[in-house]
This record gives sequence, C-alpha cells and structure tokens, in this order.
Amino acid sequence: MQPNPYLPYPVRIDEITIETEDKNLKTFKFSFLDPADEEKFAYRPGQFAELSIAGKGEIPIGIASSPTEKGFVKFTVNKVGLVTSHLHKMKEGDVMGIRGPLGNWYPWDLLAGKNVVIIGGGFAFTTLRSSIIYMLANRERFGDIHVIYGARTPGMLLYRQELAAWEARDDIHMHITVDATQDPSWKYNVGFVPTITDQKAPAADENTYAIICGPPIMIKFTQPVLDARGYAHDHIVMSLENRMKCGIGMCSHCNVGQYFVCKDGPVFTLAQLNAMPKEY
Amino acid sequence: MTCIKIDKQLWAQGLAAAEAQYRLFGPVKQGALYQFDALAAGQTPDLDGPNTRTSARAVVYPQSEVLFEYSLDSRDPEAHVLKETPAPAPRAALAVRPCDAYSFVLVRRNFEAPDVKDVYWLRNYAATVFVGLACDRPCSTCFCTSAGCGPYHEEGLDVLLVDEENHYLAKTITDKGAAFLQTAGWRTPADPEAEARIAQRRSAAEARVVSTVPTDRLAQIPQLELYAANFWQDVAFACINCGTCTYLCPTCWCFDIQDETRGNQGIRLRNWDSCMFPLFTLHGSGHNPRGQKVQRVRQRFMHKLKYYVDKYGDGIQCVGCGRCVQYCPVNIDIRRVCELMNGYGQNAACKVA
Repeated sequence: MQPNPYLPYPVRIDEITIETEDKNLKTFKFSFLDPADEEKFAYRPGQFAELSIAGKGEIPIGIASSPTEKGFVKFTVNKVGLVTSHLHKMKEGDVMGIRGPLGNWYPWDLLAGKNVVIIGGGFAFTTLRSSIIYMLANRERFGDIHVIYGARTPGMLLYRQELAAWEARDDIHMHITVDATQDPSWKYNVGFVPTITDQKAPAADENTYAIICGPPIMIKFTQPVLDARGYAHDHIVMSLENRMKCGIGMCSHCNVGQYFVCKDGPVFTLAQLNAMPKEY
Repeated sequence: MTCIKIDKQLWAQGLAAAEAQYRLFGPVKQGALYQFDALAAGQTPDLDGPNTRTSARAVVYPQSEVLFEYSLDSRDPEAHVLKETPAPAPRAALAVRPCDAYSFVLVRRNFEAPDVKDVYWLRNYAATVFVGLACDRPCSTCFCTSAGCGPYHEEGLDVLLVDEENHYLAKTITDKGAAFLQTAGWRTPADPEAEARIAQRRSAAEARVVSTVPTDRLAQIPQLELYAANFWQDVAFACINCGTCTYLCPTCWCFDIQDETRGNQGIRLRNWDSCMFPLFTLHGSGHNPRGQKVQRVRQRFMHKLKYYVDKYGDGIQCVGCGRCVQYCPVNIDIRRVCELMNGYGQNAACKVA
C-alpha cells in the first residue's frame, strides 16, 4: 500500500522557548511518539514540514533543527494566524502532528568544499540555523563560513545564546547586526542587512555561494549589493515562501509558473528565479 | 476488444444488477439542468440531454472529501491523532462524455507524480469504472477535437456506449469495463459490422465539432513573454472572479484543506478551491503574490495553456468541453484566449472578441 502523504507523524511538545522580546516567536522542540518515525523523518537543512493540529489545521514551517541533532526536531514559529496562534497557546506535553520532511534543501552536494555566505533577516533565520549547525558539525567539508544576520533590535534576534557561542568560535565569521539599538552593551554591528553585506561579505568567486533567506524588503536591497560584489546568479541561493496547503505539489496553492514552491522549492537559485514569474 | 449489444429494454435491469456491486453515478436531470451526480437506488441516468453542467470530476474527486477523522476527547488515548478514512467501494460512472473521461488522464499527472502519490484521488480512480457515452450532438462551444480528444475518444474510458436508437453498442476497452458489463448481465455480442459503424459515426461526430482552437505554438513561445503579454488586462477586464469556470472545469484540481470539529469529534477534509479567489494565495503577512484580478485570470489561462504544456510536454490542460465558455457570466471565452496566446508575437491585430 502507498504511504499516505497527508498523514502526520504524532509528536509531543517537549520544550517551548520564547525567542524574542515581543514574545511573538517561540521555538517548539518535538519528539516523535513512535521513535521509529524519527528515522522516517530524515531531513536536510532547508526543508520544511507541515505542523498539524487536529481541529485547527496545518502550517508549513521551516525545520530549525539540524539532522545532526538527534532525538528531537525543532521549529520556530511566528504567531500570525489560526494555527500558529493556537500553537502558541499549547503546552509542553501536548500531542500534535508533523508531516514531512517536505520540499528540497540547500544544495549541500554543490556546497561541499565551497565557501558559504549565509545572509538572513528577522525570523527567516530558522533553516539557516539548521544549516549553520549542520555545517559546523561537518566543518571539514566546507571552506570559509560567513553569517550575516540582522534583526530590528537585539531582543528580536533568534537563538541568542547560540549566536554568542558561534561568535566565540574562530571557524565561522559572524556578522550580527540590528537595525537600531539604544543598548550600550550591544557590541556587534548596527545597520541594515544590505549595508552589512556590502561591508562584510567576502568577494565573489567561483567557489563562494550565498544563501539568502529573509523578508522581501531585505532580499530586494541585498541582491543589488551581491550583484555589485560580483556574485553570479547561480551562486545566489534563495528560499521562497508562498501560501501552501498540501506541501506535496498536489493542491497548487503555491505555484510559481510551472513550479511548486512546496515541492520544486522552497530553495531556488536566483538564476532559476529569473526565468520564473515573480509570483511569490 | 469485443462489442456488446445492449437492448434498451434491458438497460434498467442491467443497471439494477450492477447496483449490487457498484455505486452508480450518471447524468441526472434537475429542473432544467443536467448534473453528473450519484444515482438513488433504482434510478437510471438521464441520457437524452446535452453534456451535464457539472462534470464527472466529483466521482473521483468530490467537492468535499474527508481525509481524516480525529478525537479531541482527553479520555481517548489516541486524542489529537489523525485516523485515515476507509477506502471507497467500487463505483461506476455511467454515460461519461469522452471529453470528461479524458480529463482524468490529464489530472492524473498531477495526482500521480513520480515521487508522491495522492492516495485519495488514486484510490477513488482505481475504484471507478468509466462507462462512456459517445457524443453525437456536440454543442457549438465544444472544441474537444482541438484539445487532444474527441466525441468518441476512448482514452480514460473502460467501456464506450454508442447509441443506436433501440440499443447501445458497448465497446469494451478494458478488462475493468468487461467485468462491469458481465455484472450487468449484458452479454449479447454485437453484429460483425458494429465496429465499422462506430468508426463511421465517430468521423461524422468529429465533423460536427465545428469550433477549432490552435495550440501549435504554445510550447515554443517563451513563458515569461506570454506572462508579460499585452492582452491580459483586456482578457481580465470583465471577469468578476466568481470561480464558476474553475468549479465546472473537469481538469481543475486545486484544493484547500480544512478541519471541522463538532464537540470532541472532527474531520480534516479537502475542498475544491479556486485560483480566482484572492485568499488562494494570501500570505499570513498580508502580502499577496496574486492580489489583483488580472494576475488571477492570467494564472488560470497560463496554467492550462502554458505551464501545463511546458511541464508535461503533452498538450494543454483542457479537454474542450466548453463548460467555462457556456457558463461564464461575462462571456470570457477560453478559445479566444488560447488564440491570443498561440498567436502571440505573430498576429498583433488579434483582439478579444
């Protein structure tokens, strides 16, 4: 019999962490009710899953944990609509579902041996966290790693303890920034992500790839910076979002031209996106 | 394959026998309209009308279909865990027009992707025997012969019925179809000339489809050029985004998924959705990639006549049934739009009629 791709794996919420000062972003750590499901849920950084709450519905959310972290999966969720608002009210120990992993992933085979520049903004940092953890766990497989990550204020940065730990390492170049702050103890950058990208991103070459994930406004102003710095469009990797329902290329909600963001994406190179309608 | 002769006097009796093993669906007259619907016990389909307003799509792909059931009762050890619904019993879609049967062939490419299978669509499809009725009276809006099928097209059918006044000729196309005829007790072989007569009638019926639509250039025009074409505002001008075209189209497959709870019990179901509605693409942030009417109208035509063509390389996502032409309240005509698209860059004088 065919597996039912609409059937979520039952999971339990093990831990809930409030990530941001506005309390609108929480990280949920799940474990599978049936431990065998964890193996079936084998994923790669960049993929997403449908979080499923019986009676409320499903939402597509990027996987924030890394496959190198065992025994749990993590998702950081912004409170926006019906499902996410309900999720924010749920408690540790509650049972719900996860359906996935879904979509493609950052091109890890292609990135092997290459320099990677991660550029993220706001709460789109989740699959980038997954990627950073994954790269650090396989550090010898990659060249230089740069991370440019910005949020509105210090309190709006995700994963602050991990950011601090990465700052202390010498095998990853962190460029954390905030739009503005009055905090005298803030010791990192101040400025929008495109500005910091212009200042800190390494020069483009054949062996350097940029991975961008952030709000449309950040992408809009970062892309010309990368262009100016000579990044080829097939060396710029982006992760898209669109409204989704099925997550498996059936319901057609998220189509961009002949492609589905859920199945053919969410990861596309800028070169691919240039050949597609701008319906995202 | 063999040809069976079904005396019309044995029609109801055969259906009654089939009903014991198959849930029957077929054209039913409701007021002035013919709908494709489930038949009540003992009811026979109405075969005298034109093609039904609603297609046979819902037999395989119901407008609302329960995917899962769940309990929210805290005393239930399996509370909050989704339970699959049972597979359907065998069903027969009677007097399906060949264009509508062919639509399942097109739609199947979406639901049976190489790597992911939509188990619900596929199990409903597998449970259904398609008994077609050859179409001798095409409407003026029909253009099936331009859309990869025709009034006697057999692809997607298990049996093709041909109406010969006092009897039907039943051309058996698949074993599944033969099993249905067997169950209905229709076993009289047709005369040796039957197949030749069917071929003759087929040519005559095809000649009666007078509306033709060119599709030959659709594949070669670059996608982004068609997307940016200058005619979309004109095409979309009168559209009221009612969604009638997408609900009546046998090849439209978009759906939404919703949970409905009563007390502690609930269902997760999928419902037909439509790319004509702004909510279809609205992000949680408020951003909408297709927030304007013209973008949604373009999406519908680009999907059927360009994205599908490019993705599968085997024709358009349309069977030429003409429903969207007949029932559009503002007379948007896919034949005209297809002509505009196909002629893009060639015939600048082309205007929407």
